[in-house]
Amino acid sequence: MMRFLLLFSRQGKLRLQKWFTPIPEREKKKIIREMTTMVLARQPRSCNFLHWKDLKIIYKRYASLYFCLAIENHENELLALEVIHRYVELLDKYFGNVCELDIIFNFEKAYFILDEFLLGGEIQETSKQIVNRCIESSDMLQETMEEYMSKPAF
Amino acid sequence: MLQRFVNTSNAMSPSVPLQEMIRAIRSARTQCEERGVIQRECAAIRAQFRQADNGGRSHNLAKLLYVHMLGYPAHFGQMECVRMIASPRYSEKRVGYLGAMMLLDEKQDASLLITNSIKNDLSHSNQYVQSLALCTLACMGSAEMCRDLAPEIDRLLRASNSYIKKKAALCAVHIVRKVHDLGELFAPAARSLLAEKNHGVLHGAVVLITELCERSPETLERFRKTVPDLVQIMKGLVISGYSPEHDVAGISDPFLQVRILRLLRILGRNNEAASDAMNDLLAQVATNTDSTKTVGNAVLYETVLTVLDIKSESGLRVLAVNILGRFLLNNDRNIRYIAMTSLQRIVGTDHNAVQRHRGTIVDCLKDQDASVKRRALELSLALVSATNIRSMMKELLLFLSSCPLELRAQAASGIFNAAERYAPSQRWHIDTILHVLTTAGGDVRDETVPNLIQLITNTSELHCYTVHKLYRALLSDISQQSLVQVACWCIGEYGDLLLRGECQETEPVQVTEDDVLDALETVLQSHMSAPATRGFALTATMKLSTRITDNVDRIRSIVSIYGSCIDVELQQRAVEYNALFKKYDHMRAAVLERMPVIEKNSPGHTNGESTREAVKEVQPAKVKQAETLLPQQPTSQVCDLLDLLGGSEEPLQPNPAVGSTVPVLPISTSSTAGGDLLDLLGGLEPTPLTSAPTVTVYEKGGVTLTLSSEKQSDSGLTVTLTACNSTDSDISSFTLQAAVPKSVQLHMKAPSGDSLPARGAAKVTQMVALSNPNKVNLKMRIRISYTSQGSAFQDTVQVDSFPEH
Repeated sequence: MMRFLLLFSRQGKLRLQKWFTPIPEREKKKIIREMTTMVLARQPRSCNFLHWKDLKIIYKRYASLYFCLAIENHENELLALEVIHRYVELLDKYFGNVCELDIIFNFEKAYFILDEFLLGGEIQETSKQIVNRCIESSDMLQETMEEYMSKPAF
Repeated sequence: MLQRFVNTSNAMSPSVPLQEMIRAIRSARTQCEERGVIQRECAAIRAQFRQADNGGRSHNLAKLLYVHMLGYPAHFGQMECVRMIASPRYSEKRVGYLGAMMLLDEKQDASLLITNSIKNDLSHSNQYVQSLALCTLACMGSAEMCRDLAPEIDRLLRASNSYIKKKAALCAVHIVRKVHDLGELFAPAARSLLAEKNHGVLHGAVVLITELCERSPETLERFRKTVPDLVQIMKGLVISGYSPEHDVAGISDPFLQVRILRLLRILGRNNEAASDAMNDLLAQVATNTDSTKTVGNAVLYETVLTVLDIKSESGLRVLAVNILGRFLLNNDRNIRYIAMTSLQRIVGTDHNAVQRHRGTIVDCLKDQDASVKRRALELSLALVSATNIRSMMKELLLFLSSCPLELRAQAASGIFNAAERYAPSQRWHIDTILHVLTTAGGDVRDETVPNLIQLITNTSELHCYTVHKLYRALLSDISQQSLVQVACWCIGEYGDLLLRGECQETEPVQVTEDDVLDALETVLQSHMSAPATRGFALTATMKLSTRITDNVDRIRSIVSIYGSCIDVELQQRAVEYNALFKKYDHMRAAVLERMPVIEKNSPGHTNGESTREAVKEVQPAKVKQAETLLPQQPTSQVCDLLDLLGGSEEPLQPNPAVGSTVPVLPISTSSTAGGDLLDLLGGLEPTPLTSAPTVTVYEKGGVTLTLSSEKQSDSGLTVTLTACNSTDSDISSFTLQAAVPKSVQLHMKAPSGDSLPARGAAKVTQMVALSNPNKVNLKMRIRISYTSQGSAFQDTVQVDSFPEH
């Protein structure tokens, strides 16, 4: 299974964190520091795979964001790269030419999309279209405040 | 000013929308300013939480979650999450559940409070609400929550739409991981899900079945029947036409393919029938999958792993290894990396197949990437053999001179092992070790020094050559401690050969006694020399007093100066040497004479304890021996100690060498005593009654094989092989096979067992009866096979000499 997914900028600022196992808050902070240090220190054309404790760290840079996915030792690294890529594609479709600012200002949407793609550390849906459709439907359910003020919830 | 702001915001301040707040935080120019903004916002949020429902609750919680992501404390939002989750509004539920996943985990008390909401939402009429509950349960469900909600999840697995079923499947996976016994509950539903057409559900089902099979062997047995179904599904994916919904660069749903391949691996492992059933499919996937993009290679990689792990037929295995060979030539560094990790796993079992790709692997030593280099090093070391030792060593030494710091120790010790096993000649061996010491002397293990000294001592014909080379190395660089120590020792021991000037193997060089003493004194005085190194240098200087003729006085003065050295060890040595000059001058020659050949199986050598101590001990102990003249004494003193402790069954077995007056004795007794003491304390098997000497014939990967032999008759010999496992994981299926020259008859008795528990907890012994009527030169080739951590290992060692009783 996947253990965690982190997105951070080239300056090491965290943009998204998804943890698939329960970890104390202090431990999370420590892991984030270690990951950012390790990944940001890598040379430009290095291998995308690292070893850290008993996990494999798969990282890939897209524009100004680093995507860092930790998987267990028996998982397929090449597929993990595809998982990262698929998530980027989903974000891109939703936001239209997604950039780091989109994820900063709409972080909760980034989480909602992630939660339609991955679940409990495993891939949930393998079809891009289905994920996109579900997000759109969920969004439509969500009303603005003004709409609520004038009519009941459901 | 902050105070005033807080007061006003308690009143009717409108909630600043999320994005405005983010903008405000980002425009802060300093950390302090940012903290200020965040404090203000958090105060406002807290105030809003306390107020009645004002329609902006989801915005406030979202703001808090953003602040939390920046690293600021947000625990005061936990109860708000609980309240939001219970709200009837979808927008609030959505953010509430997100907040729960970010702020709560199973260790927080507040997480229990949402169990009821989750339960209700699981049966909500709207599937997106159900989805929120399922997602949260799978993310942070505690064991109690899982137990509570498992039946509900099972219900959803059977009767709901695909959207919910796929989420329920992964929820079930989470539940099984938290509460193992509940696996039984989900097995039937999982089985029926395999018939679904929806890929999301299928994927979830495969993941669930994999989880169930990994946890329970009985469940695995039952699910073996699904192999034909899985093969069918896989075939459908591989040969089907273009499916726009699941296509990734020409591969139809690679995510599902990889998961199915992994499940097939688990089901086919150790099972002939299942492996046969998937053979054709695996061959098809291996040949038809397009390998131009990463995604195709991901599928091929998983296929290779499966083929190598199940009981596949040899043709398919060869195909798999060839795919790995192709990966090695791929431009993509990632592909090369995983090729090497896979090859590493099979280098034990499919050694010859991997050897075919040795050239490419060795080329990867020159790769820029550190991860690739590391893999290439491990694999190269595993591929060294008697036939390729010279060429491989050239590459490895080249690698050592430019390799990254973190790999040097590993490379150095790997080179030493390889050199020891396959050295084509003594001189080559010594040259190789010297090369490593000059290149990476600072990174070698401590045992290297005594090992090398022993090697040099035993190569008497090369003493002259060695001391010349070492002297030259010492002149150019005294910073590498291991090298300096060996050089000092050799100069002390063979200084006369150095002074003689001529040497067959190297160009002659004129070395005067003063030159040599200068070199040793430089080492003694240098701030770069470690204390141990200075000890070596002092002793070497002392030894030279019997090997040189003109400058003995100079030595005397050096020794007396160090009699007041601040380093206690040096001081002690100097004082003793002074005594040797003064009171015991008549013994000096005998005490400092040339060292004899060190036995390879002396306990000080094989115990692996700091043998540097053992070597250091030689000189002072020799002096002590001159004074006490009773080598037996230390032994009996230790014996008394053992009796005092009262635990030892066997009396201390006197080492057969003790009786003679060979100066090497003191090492043996002190180390044997230490060894027996360890036996006593560790409760290991008592030393065997027969004092047959044992030889370590194999030591690799944590597995040690020792051999002892006992003559039964003129032509008969009984050999006992003892195996021990010092790694952290148990070894099973340990078997030994032996082969001997034609005229020798061999009969292997049944071994004591076939499992070697970790950390040497127990050993395996096997007796072999040999009959050598023609008295030919007795050799034996032993093949060792075992399984460790799920992989099979095989190795061969040749024993050329047997310790005679």
